[in-house]
Amino acid sequence: MSASTTTVELAERAPENQLLEVSLGPQHPSTHGVFRMDVALDGETVVKLKPVFGYLHRNHEKIAEKCSYLGSMPYTDRLDYICSLTNNWAYALTVEKLAGLVAPERAEYIRVILSELTRLINHSALAGFLLQDMGALGTPLMYAFREREKILDLFESLTGARMMCNYMRFGGCRCDLPPGWIEQARSLVAEFPKFLDEFEALLTGNEILLARTEGVGVLPAKLAVNAGVTGPMLRASGVNYDIRKVDAYGVYGRFKFRVPLGERGDVFDRYMLRILEMRESLKILDQAMRDLPGGPIMDPKAKLRNLRPKPGEAYGRIEGPKGELGFYLISDGGPNPYRYRVRPPSLINLTILEDMCLGQTIADAVVILGSVDIVLGEVDR
Amino acid sequence: METLEQLKTRIEAAAPGAQVDIVPNGCPASQPSLLLDGGHARAVAQFLRDDPTLAFDYASNVTGVDWPEKTIKEKIKVKKTVEGVEKEVEEVCERKTPAYLEAVYHLYSMARKHGPLILRLRTENRADRVALPSLTPVWRSCEFQEREIFDLYGIVFEGHPDLRRLLMWPEFTDHPMRKDYVEADDYEYEPTPHEEVLAKARKHYPGGTPA
Repeated sequence: MSASTTTVELAERAPENQLLEVSLGPQHPSTHGVFRMDVALDGETVVKLKPVFGYLHRNHEKIAEKCSYLGSMPYTDRLDYICSLTNNWAYALTVEKLAGLVAPERAEYIRVILSELTRLINHSALAGFLLQDMGALGTPLMYAFREREKILDLFESLTGARMMCNYMRFGGCRCDLPPGWIEQARSLVAEFPKFLDEFEALLTGNEILLARTEGVGVLPAKLAVNAGVTGPMLRASGVNYDIRKVDAYGVYGRFKFRVPLGERGDVFDRYMLRILEMRESLKILDQAMRDLPGGPIMDPKAKLRNLRPKPGEAYGRIEGPKGELGFYLISDGGPNPYRYRVRPPSLINLTILEDMCLGQTIADAVVILGSVDIVLGEVDR
Repeated sequence: METLEQLKTRIEAAAPGAQVDIVPNGCPASQPSLLLDGGHARAVAQFLRDDPTLAFDYASNVTGVDWPEKTIKEKIKVKKTVEGVEKEVEEVCERKTPAYLEAVYHLYSMARKHGPLILRLRTENRADRVALPSLTPVWRSCEFQEREIFDLYGIVFEGHPDLRRLLMWPEFTDHPMRKDYVEADDYEYEPTPHEEVLAKARKHYPGGTPA
């Protein structure tokens, strides 16, 4: 169905139905920000759903073209503001590719530790928000936020900020770990499975949760690949593609962990997959903190200010908590990038939102959107 | 994966008449790309996706780049006869690069786990001939990204199922990511515009300010 199909035309095509057009958002609690869905309903069934973007658009890419390479680093925090550290890493990785820098080993390990902690934050917050969308008001989200706050405390003691960390640099990291940080992180990682067990005991077998999620919003694997869906969404549909394994960027090649896969690709699989991924992240964290080497945290050749890479272009990507987060930079030899592009996983994962929602009820559409896991700072940029 | 040269000959065999050029890349990551002609881009994309050894089933990143006309000054050594003696003289010569808009596609293969393969498409100019074939029928993931390029750069993708602005509102007329974009006179709503804003507006609309 093309977008130009108006609700009136739809109604004329099926005159026995009474279609109701609903504008869900931009100020709606289930849209997780300022996002709007143009929905046409036949009774409670969704017959058309067009996402509308741009309410948070500030042309991040244009701003970055006017900034120096270092100057864009704090802006990347504001893309997906729940996972600022993975955004930092993706950008740093791309500039390193462009300028031919190599981060020292200790910095790579610290990056792995921080980005796996970020994954814990994102997945636990998502599980809480998803339950909130299903009507479990408050409790699961607060349980998840309680754990998130402990990790944010760690981030604050290292970077000075809870959410806008601005910590990684091309060629390394900004500062070394403060004394006692690693012990604190170890005890957090040791405690975390307890939270997961508790969370699962409350929710995973819950009858209401199963009734609301099983068989809802099924995404076939073939469509998921063709539509460029990445991250937990893709793996819930059973496609084994994790950039940590495929590219083995940083030092990910050294850690033993499994890639959990879903079977049916419904909302329940997406929920469960994130719980399982958190357990795998804990394994990576254990190994990374055990093997953390000493040494410098910055490449001595790296020049932060007034970096002028040779003319050329580079595309770098990492497995962000939401999917493939990529940066594409073109340098013309000047102090700021000629072209700066973010590949936003949140936006591209929404491509198939309508396909998943057609034929479902409006209440399920809200749950399906919740399971996609979007952050509007990244969708609209 | 095979080299770009091998790939180029295979593409030219699979899609007769297709023009494929290799665009070198000066940066250390060395990600050279393939420049395709608009007429055969869809056929080439189909081949890249369906060929069993290539299997580029996943178009990861699609983006636009604006290349306005640029004058490049180059110093060239020319042999000249000055007062009967042959001498090498440096002369500055000016060269103009053509202006065009570019769409860049980063392809990966999820089935075979290789990539990236970078495709580039160029428009004829950046004013009136800005149409390119849409690759959304081949890869659904291009849908929103091509809409974004249409919105921010003004490339018209022919064959796109739903080509509307993505981020800016429908009444907006300009393309903000272009290099020559003139910024808005005032970002905030101003019931009674002050002098500074009016001066900017006069510069923006040389024919007089719109009501």
